[in-house]
Amino acid sequence: MSLLDELPGADTDTAGAETPQSAKPVSRSRLVFSRLRGMPRFWVGVVGLGAIALWAIFGLVPNAWNYTDLDIYNMGSSPSRLHWFGTSDIGEDIYAQTIVGLRKSLIIGLLVGPLAAIVAGIVGAVAGYLGGWWDRVIVWFIDLLLVLPSLFLFILLSPIFKSLSWVALIFLLAGFGWMIMARVIRAQTRSLRERDFIKAARFMGVDTWTIIRRHILPNVSSLLIIDATLGVGGAILSETTLSFFGFGIQAPDVSLGTLLAAGQSAAATRPWLFIFPAAILVFTVLSASLIGDALRDAVDPTSGANRD
Amino acid sequence: MTEKLSTAAPGATLPGTGMPSTTAAPGPGAEGRQPPSNSPRRLLEVKDLKVTFPQHGGAVTAVRGVNYHVDEGEFLGIVGESGSGKSVSSLAVMGLLPSSAKVEGDILFEGKSLLGRSDKDMSRLRGDGISIIFQDPLSALTPVYTIGTQIAEALQLHNKGLSRLAANTRAVELLKVVGIPNPERRAQSFPHEFSGGMRQRAMIAIAIANNPRLIIADEPTTALDVTIQAQILEVLQKAKELTGAAVVLITHDLGVVAGNADRIAVMYAGRIVETGTVEEVFHKPSMPYTIGLLRSMPNLATAGHSRLVPLEGRPPLLSNLAPGCPFAPRCPVAIDACRTSEPPLTAIAGDPLNASACLRVAEIAGGVLDRRHLYPVPEPVAAAERAEVEPAKVLEVDRLQRHFPLTKGSVFKHSIGTVRAVDGVSFDIRSGQTLGLVGESGCGKSTTIMEILELARPQAGMVRINGTDVSTLSGRERKALRRDISVVFQDPMASLDPRLPVQDLVAEPLTVHGISARERLEKVRNVLDLVGLDPSMASRYPHEFSGGQRQRIGIARALVTDPKIVVLDEPVSALDVSIQAGVINLLQDLQEKLGLSYLFVAHDLAVVRQIADDVAVMYLGRIVESGPAQDIFDNPRHPYTRALLSAVPVPDPALERSRNRIILEGDLPSPTDDITGCNFRTRCPLFQLMDAAGQDRCLNQDPEPRPVGPGMVACHHAEHIELMGAAAGSRPGPAVGHQAGPEGP
Repeated sequence: MSLLDELPGADTDTAGAETPQSAKPVSRSRLVFSRLRGMPRFWVGVVGLGAIALWAIFGLVPNAWNYTDLDIYNMGSSPSRLHWFGTSDIGEDIYAQTIVGLRKSLIIGLLVGPLAAIVAGIVGAVAGYLGGWWDRVIVWFIDLLLVLPSLFLFILLSPIFKSLSWVALIFLLAGFGWMIMARVIRAQTRSLRERDFIKAARFMGVDTWTIIRRHILPNVSSLLIIDATLGVGGAILSETTLSFFGFGIQAPDVSLGTLLAAGQSAAATRPWLFIFPAAILVFTVLSASLIGDALRDAVDPTSGANRD
Repeated sequence: MTEKLSTAAPGATLPGTGMPSTTAAPGPGAEGRQPPSNSPRRLLEVKDLKVTFPQHGGAVTAVRGVNYHVDEGEFLGIVGESGSGKSVSSLAVMGLLPSSAKVEGDILFEGKSLLGRSDKDMSRLRGDGISIIFQDPLSALTPVYTIGTQIAEALQLHNKGLSRLAANTRAVELLKVVGIPNPERRAQSFPHEFSGGMRQRAMIAIAIANNPRLIIADEPTTALDVTIQAQILEVLQKAKELTGAAVVLITHDLGVVAGNADRIAVMYAGRIVETGTVEEVFHKPSMPYTIGLLRSMPNLATAGHSRLVPLEGRPPLLSNLAPGCPFAPRCPVAIDACRTSEPPLTAIAGDPLNASACLRVAEIAGGVLDRRHLYPVPEPVAAAERAEVEPAKVLEVDRLQRHFPLTKGSVFKHSIGTVRAVDGVSFDIRSGQTLGLVGESGCGKSTTIMEILELARPQAGMVRINGTDVSTLSGRERKALRRDISVVFQDPMASLDPRLPVQDLVAEPLTVHGISARERLEKVRNVLDLVGLDPSMASRYPHEFSGGQRQRIGIARALVTDPKIVVLDEPVSALDVSIQAGVINLLQDLQEKLGLSYLFVAHDLAVVRQIADDVAVMYLGRIVESGPAQDIFDNPRHPYTRALLSAVPVPDPALERSRNRIILEGDLPSPTDDITGCNFRTRCPLFQLMDAAGQDRCLNQDPEPRPVGPGMVACHHAEHIELMGAAAGSRPGPAVGHQAGPEGP
């Protein structure tokens, strides 16, 4: 109804107030960053994730135990001054194991999430913008990947991946995590393509790749950023699943996934085996989401005004 | 009921006499109205209405103390720009505001308060007491029920005793009343099978189904074309006469109220700032806002002779209103007192019905402040600044054609017809000149410009830019040629990428041509300055600008490559009336300064009249008439042009009422239809006046554009066009109900 049009948009002047009033035009990335700086969420997320990363890097320094060490005198002990997070049944130091697992999970999560989002963005935008035969072939391929059960493929491919290092797992997880988002991006692009500003760019003579890069991808970036952020948690969870079945991270290596898998049976009786890795996982994913959320609002200047 | 409706003769009351028409109206429903007396009875009284919407970060008061009344049988027009609170105040009357809205004051309908009534109570009143016609008839009709069912539903809701059969019969009758051809069959149609104009007629049928005493029409014609708008306004007048209902017409178009309303109220920033009879407000406006609005509107009667007087600034945001008169920042005669206290609505010359909310109303009404010179008329571009233009053809379009195949089936596609979107269009533009391409929606004007802008080989015909045939261009040449032709789109918000700051948006065309970043920045600052924007705002995003400013950004982007031709696709139709004038003046000044050629596409003839040197009128993919603007507007030679011009409402009540209006019958035929001979003959008023031999030519021979007078006309009988004027003059008030137009697709 026309009721909404009748209400004067409050967004125009509120947004105007927070924009820096400088005489010199500033670049887009500087504008995005200046907006980011004004958001407490962003700082909470950055500090949280930074602390996690720092802890993952330097956390082992003050600890007396290495993650492969076995303390045969303290098997299955609860958290103490000697073993800060307790030990497992065979005397492994949970603190050391958590940190090493965290390193691996962080690397996998932080790489797989964005990697899948980038693939989804490019493939979806290309299919949606070019249309025609390109679109048909790409959609057919996406559908093909979607109907194949990915776990089954993982298991089929696992002999190859076991011989490779765990880095191959990153590409495997990313390779099977982009299809749904690519379809969403494609649909979004198809509606964007009919918008006047895309037409205007075409009539200016801007070439296809520049239009995709400059107009389409930024306009679907909210979706991509959310996808990448959720992808961090999702990738860690996929890795957990694979590791649980024995197809992911292999024996000498540990990840939060293998730790959770090992500790979940003891979650009720010896909670330290489960709670510490789980809490770290939750904290990591939360921090990443806060950053993603803040980034979305900064990149899309209208999203903040339109919320709620 | 049925008999009452059909016996009430159309035209029993004279529209616009200002007298209540209760005497001629059929008796109302069971509730019994008082016998007609000399003093009109107050039907609706709105007293000090305030509507507040709570929002995060402070409440927004959309309506701030509105007082008005509607007498029985009266036609009140409420005029205002978007955000003035005109729709919110009428939704409050209907009780249709969201429950979060806080409504203060009082609304009396027939002496009883409407506020605080239960929804059930209000529902009973809606329909037979008050009914409403919305702007968008597609969303106001339920898509899954037939039109007939929906009208019957409205009838049965208020008259439980009515049988289904009787309700259906009545529904068909109502459809006939509102001028829908073949009502028996059309009652079985679904809303999507109706055209926009027919849907709005169906809405009117639902609105008058229960003989309401008050009809509120909320921008009923805004979404429609001018010829359809003229039809709908006729139907609305007729509905008013038949039911004797009072009508409140809410609109932003001063022209629409001028010919229809008895009294009008002008709203600004949530208040009524001026009210009076149509004559008083249009001829002797006393609020500077009204004066400015009337001067800033392009108007068919005056356009082309004088420059528009823009109303500077923009309406205030209701979320944080400064004290004092909300119009003071834009007012040329504001004094210090205006900024401290808000002036109340004060009667002019002791007449309680004619009032104005201005501190200096006495001075304006008394003639101390001259209305005509209240606003400074902007100076034309100085001769020294004018660009020299060599008379050369910069754009030539010859028999351009664009047909879209209509296919069916998903696996085995087969053609079931052709949409002739553009069907042999020819025109040319000389440098420094403006060609106005006019036509109703669906006539192919947008497709035409898209075909030109693609710079690709057309399906048939030829496009030449600066003498170069675009179909012969190589990729690189085409890219280089894009510097010479640029486009400004209709909706400035949609045509600017919301993710880019203004500097990047405006500089974008330059990036294509490999210009260094420093040069780009320099150029952007120059061009922003040229369109009247502060270059320091270049780092802001488009959503931080107002509509008018955004369109200036769009214009800046079009000009940044120093083009020779600018294609303007309805550049002002998405803007508020008071803002249009500034943009039109800017376009005119830029043309003078830079020697630009414009291809100006618009449906608003007044705007085209203001800016165009030449005009081409399109109908169903063809140009039916083209020639110098002056000549076409003063002496149109094609029956369609003549009808189009007569359908445009003029914001002058005296002129509007004395005009002979040619109402075209029916809707624009679908471009898939195969019409033999002249494709306008199905709606042509001249066709009906011709003798058998003349009609035969129209039926069998496709008229080619031929020179008639100074222009080109595609009509066999252009010489006999005067017959139409004579015929229209002999029958004032065309009968709307008896139409036999072509049916929609």
